[in-house]
Amino acid sequence: MSINNPLTKNIEKGRAPFTFAEYKAAGGYQSFANAIKMAPRDVMGQVKDAGLGGRGGAGFNTGLKWSFSPDPDGLPRYLVVNADEMEPGTFKDRLLMESDPHLLIEGMITASYAIQATTGYIFLRGEYTVAEENLLKAIAEAYDNGMLGKNIQGSDFSLDIYLHTSAGRYICGEETALINALEGKRANPRFKPPFPQVSGLWGRPTLVNNVETICNIPGILTYGVDWFKGLGLGDECGTRISGVSGRVKNPGCWEMPVGTTFRTLLEDYAGGMQDGYELKAFLPGGGSTDFLMPEHLDLPMIPGEVAKAGSRLGTSLIMVLDDKTCPVGTVRNLIKFFAHESCGWCTPCRDGLPWVEHILNKMEEGKGEMKDIEILKEMCGYMGPGNTFCALAPGAAEPLQSSLKYFMDEYESHVKHGCSYKSH
Amino acid sequence: MASITIDGKVFEVDEKNNLLQECLSHAMDLPYFCWHPSMGSVGSCRQCAVVEYANEEDQKGRLVMACMTEPREGARYSIAAAAKFRAQAIESIMINHPHDCPVCEEGGECHLQDMTVMSGHTYRRYDGKKKTHNNQYLGPFINHEMNRCITCYRCVRYYKDYAGGTDFGPQASHDNTYFGRWQEGPLESEFSGNLVEVCPTGVFTDKPFSKHYSRKWDLQSSPSICTGCSVGCNTNPGERYGTLRRIVNRFNDEVNGYFLCDKGRFGAEYVNSPERIPVSMTRDSHNSDPVQIEPALAKDALKKAAKGAVAIGSPRASMEANYALRELVGEENFYAGISANELGMLNKIIDIYQNKPVNVASVKDIEGSDAVLILGEDLTNTAARLALGVRQSAKNLGRQMGADLNFPIWHDAAIRQLAMDKLSPLYILSPHTTRLDDIAHTSHISSAENSAKIGMAIAHAIDASAPAVEGLNKEEQALALEIAETLKSAKQALIISGTSSLEPALLDAASNIATALHSGNSKANLALVCSESNSMGLALMMQGSGKSIDEAMSAGAKTAIVLENDLYRRAASAKVDAFINSLDQLVVLDHLKNRTGEQANLVLAAATFAESSGTFVNYEGRAQHYYSTFKPDSNIRSSALWLSDKHFNEITADCAAAIANCAAILELTPGENYNFAGLKVPRQHHRYSGRTSMRANINVHEPKQEQDEDGVMVYSMEGVPAIKDAAVLNSPWVPGWNSNQSIFKFQEFAGGPLKQGSKGQRLIANNSTEKTWYEAGTSDFSAEGYKVFPVYHLFGSEELSAYTPAIQEKATSAYVSLSPEDAEKLGLKASDGVQVEHNGAVPFVVRKAIQPGTVGVSVGLKGLNFQDMSAAIALDKAAEWKNPDLWRAANIIVSDKREERVD
Ligand SMILES: Cc1cc2nc3c(=O)[nH]c(=O)nc-3n(C[C@H](O)[C@H](O)[C@H](O)COP(=O)(O)O)c2cc1C
Ligand code: SF4
Ligand code: SF4
Ligand code: SF4
Ligand code: FES
Repeated sequence: MSINNPLTKNIEKGRAPFTFAEYKAAGGYQSFANAIKMAPRDVMGQVKDAGLGGRGGAGFNTGLKWSFSPDPDGLPRYLVVNADEMEPGTFKDRLLMESDPHLLIEGMITASYAIQATTGYIFLRGEYTVAEENLLKAIAEAYDNGMLGKNIQGSDFSLDIYLHTSAGRYICGEETALINALEGKRANPRFKPPFPQVSGLWGRPTLVNNVETICNIPGILTYGVDWFKGLGLGDECGTRISGVSGRVKNPGCWEMPVGTTFRTLLEDYAGGMQDGYELKAFLPGGGSTDFLMPEHLDLPMIPGEVAKAGSRLGTSLIMVLDDKTCPVGTVRNLIKFFAHESCGWCTPCRDGLPWVEHILNKMEEGKGEMKDIEILKEMCGYMGPGNTFCALAPGAAEPLQSSLKYFMDEYESHVKHGCSYKSH
Repeated sequence: MASITIDGKVFEVDEKNNLLQECLSHAMDLPYFCWHPSMGSVGSCRQCAVVEYANEEDQKGRLVMACMTEPREGARYSIAAAAKFRAQAIESIMINHPHDCPVCEEGGECHLQDMTVMSGHTYRRYDGKKKTHNNQYLGPFINHEMNRCITCYRCVRYYKDYAGGTDFGPQASHDNTYFGRWQEGPLESEFSGNLVEVCPTGVFTDKPFSKHYSRKWDLQSSPSICTGCSVGCNTNPGERYGTLRRIVNRFNDEVNGYFLCDKGRFGAEYVNSPERIPVSMTRDSHNSDPVQIEPALAKDALKKAAKGAVAIGSPRASMEANYALRELVGEENFYAGISANELGMLNKIIDIYQNKPVNVASVKDIEGSDAVLILGEDLTNTAARLALGVRQSAKNLGRQMGADLNFPIWHDAAIRQLAMDKLSPLYILSPHTTRLDDIAHTSHISSAENSAKIGMAIAHAIDASAPAVEGLNKEEQALALEIAETLKSAKQALIISGTSSLEPALLDAASNIATALHSGNSKANLALVCSESNSMGLALMMQGSGKSIDEAMSAGAKTAIVLENDLYRRAASAKVDAFINSLDQLVVLDHLKNRTGEQANLVLAAATFAESSGTFVNYEGRAQHYYSTFKPDSNIRSSALWLSDKHFNEITADCAAAIANCAAILELTPGENYNFAGLKVPRQHHRYSGRTSMRANINVHEPKQEQDEDGVMVYSMEGVPAIKDAAVLNSPWVPGWNSNQSIFKFQEFAGGPLKQGSKGQRLIANNSTEKTWYEAGTSDFSAEGYKVFPVYHLFGSEELSAYTPAIQEKATSAYVSLSPEDAEKLGLKASDGVQVEHNGAVPFVVRKAIQPGTVGVSVGLKGLNFQDMSAAIALDKAAEWKNPDLWRAANIIVSDKREERVD
């Protein structure tokens, strides 16, 4: 019961991931044996009580999300693991899948039992070839050892898992676009309602969860709800993987108690800023979150607190903006990415983002005009939450709107004098 | 019903509709792009945004798309509060738009223009480069100008989701999304033309129309009926300077709804054909050169000829023209102008419609059916609009699945995603594969007689009092039981058959099945397809008599008057030759040159549908009136007026009075004396240009306003246009809504039936509840040679549309279809031709699913006369063969299951 790093306990830099036997020897594949003794709804209840929030970006209570699926009707239903991980600056799922694939598979088995899924899919970012290799190996091992397939461990429960490698678009990470992509259709999101829990993959009840979310399931069902709750700081539950990219001394990602502050992450784990660079601002959880400022470093990394500061925790992998990098150029790069990754379904995103990109290009080239700043401001509202078909465009607008809030002087000086940063 | 508040006003709305639809229904102008009444909502364009308030206290509300919102009792919305967002949406939609309205053919009837103005976007702020795209060659019907695209996805939702097309779709993504084919080439769907109307911009425009383009407001137009087949889709032709420029859809919620087939849309330009008969002519003998004759003299000559003449009517001429001919020669001398077999089948259809306990199915009924059996009719090629209707019926299972989960009916994407490939059952019995195979549960290959037997077995399995049949194999017995079960358990079953198979027993079987399904108050839907635009009307005119063309030709008369009919399409050439040679005088009224007219001693230049008025009766027995679109040259008259001295209305009235079941044809128009505040209905738009100048080269004085045959419309821009409750609605328009979308202003609710209710009149009343049966036939077919079955082509088989250049491009020369076994037996290589008994040689195609020993022979295509075929024929490899120039194998799409054809 002394485990305090359930997600990364089996991970050691430079060592190959655990085989089935090694993973089992280290206490793995216990959770299913525990879960199968309970009714599926009770397993769901445990996950809900554990207070596990989704790690895919929105942070919604996982057990609660599961509970919205209708009762099983004997027909197929699906668990889909969202391993698309294309959010700029985010690389936590990759660590988990490359270094301890059995953890994800164990989580999928137990989660599938809870929601009574008959088939599991892993929708994997196409570039993650090492993860693909390791997962395929682990899946095969799990079949060989009776943890997948018909009547798992002599129970009534059967499950097949398929790995699907994405042809590659950011929007495939949006859960309903992911479902379309998995069905072989264009990766456009779907309108909700109906939610995937009711009509998802192949028109059947489906739950889509992030890799890290699912990786938390074995721990909860092995060591219990109270243990999980005890992992977090203060009222928080569990651990999560957070990380840093940008000009810090030691970029990377680490498992830490939920509730850890940005400062601890940045200074203790990442070793602080590189010499000669100062922290100017940071994106708290991927490219589609609002900038936070150095004064926000002491906030704990929990969704509610970050929201109060005007941003989102997102994936909790922070991107650091230093004082030698142009904020306008940074936003332009992000917008360029989002504009390119827009699925092209709805108007504000498809046609709004390229317009923003055009204006930011103008600014970087010293051709910006004051009226462009007004258009940028308008665009933020135009692409805001609720105005678009999915959350891509509102996310894309976040770094833009917060940079307009914090760095208006930079925008104005771009218009007046062009970009004064040499390095982009 | 629910009561909701919009901008402070209370409205009673139907919760089954979405909020956008309800706003439009209540005369509010809320802009939209992606929603379509027939295709539901997907919420992509974001143009229909409104604000929804959570409760009375909520001041801020939240933005929602009206098209994706179920109006709920007590809910509060504001259109005004979302005005800024909608302005932003249109502004960003337009950043890449070329703004080439002056040279764009959509201009003046462009939904994008209307919505841009309505949403308040008047000034371009975007100063970047616009995206550009390559355009594709999409065949003879449709232009492609992708730069005008606003990415509303309507085209793919129509083409793929609605019409089942497979060769067109969205490609790439973000602001580079592209709508086209995977490579250039003709669009394969037989319904591609609707893209012109579905696309709210000028991406897809009518290619034949481009060749002689005119703005919508410069087109003279009138309500009309398609002459392409027996469905009788409602059309709106447009004319300028004496030529027919185009056909667009005219909404009729029970028949064609919003959509036409490509033959209907692109097949009417025969009106302008160089093969038209421009003036009346005489010939001394059957093969001498013709001499022009003045109209007055021609009419005198016709009257003189009438005494003692046999008269041959036509299934493609109006009721009025047929009736006028009957009156001219007397009932006893009037013959139907179709083969005895076809007339017999039509008479049988009338008998079934009238006396069997069935519900005659309109297209709307077809769309509402949830289990369908097609007996021997290749719908896509013989009554295309019905095939599109059947495609919609297949989706009813999905709709039901959605309804079970409380999905609103308009939530199109959700229903499709839920249903996946689950379709309502469709069974097809046919001698060859068809274009509906992709949605068919089972497509069983069987000859027409055998299909009739299976049909009889189905009826017997449903109701044991229906006659049983013998001689089916095990597999077919099982199939019959399966179909019987399926039809019985359906909420609304539908049986479709028709005359194209030439097999009367199929009608017997269809009738027995539908009759067997009758129980309590429920009646099965039954649709029996005929061959031409007025086949049914002609049969009604015959009042059950069997006076066919065969009888006419053996009546021994010395003079024959032939109304709009090429006899060589009705009977074997040798017989027709002998008949014509036996005549002293052959009088022909027609609009296009053909083999019969070329031998006539007197030819009267007859008006086409576009230049005349009349009534057609469609396959359901629905009488529909068409108004002439423009006044023909003075040498050309409508056949009815050549044949009679009466006023047009009088002919209609006399026909209504004289012919059983036809009384209601008098109610199709508001009548000769119709006026509104003393004014008639104008054919021309109030923005029509050139009124005073377009004839100035002839005469500087404006001509007197001319009235049409019916007395209802005028060939003028003066009068009371069909704004709101007009009795006659030609080209819909209301202020601010210049495109075809304006039709909703004339509907009871957006997407609903027209307020003025001009749906036509069903002529055949049926209250029958009594089950009576047709006996199962006993004759087993046996003859030497390959058993012939007819193969129809949407493009080329029909007589009139085949004169149209765009249709010719999609057609091919005549050919035969063979099984692989028989092709091998005949030693055929791909480059060979097939020598057909009673005919020359033709090219061939090999189709896996054709039964050995049978041969499909094309009907109506150039190079072979189907009338010259016997029931079974000998085939041989042709000597010295070279494929004809008109042979276009690529135009033959035999099935959606492509692997079926062997190339
Ligand atoms: C544009 C876009 C991209 C997304 N990409 C991912 C992703 O790569 N991985 C992920 O887990 N969730 C992603 N999400 C969030 C998912 O839609 C979904 O909320 C998540 O997979 C739910 O899992 P959770 O409940 O376990 O957090 C994305 C959302 C959007 C709008
Ligand atoms: S916001 Fe709209 S265009 Fe952008 S990714 Fe989502 S659905 Fe596609
Ligand atoms: S081509 Fe027309 S219908 Fe298709 S997306 Fe573009 S604008 Fe819409
Ligand atoms: S289905 Fe028939 S009536 Fe309708 S448009 Fe086509 S050819 Fe004309
Ligand atoms: S019409 Fe409602 S979003 Fe397009």
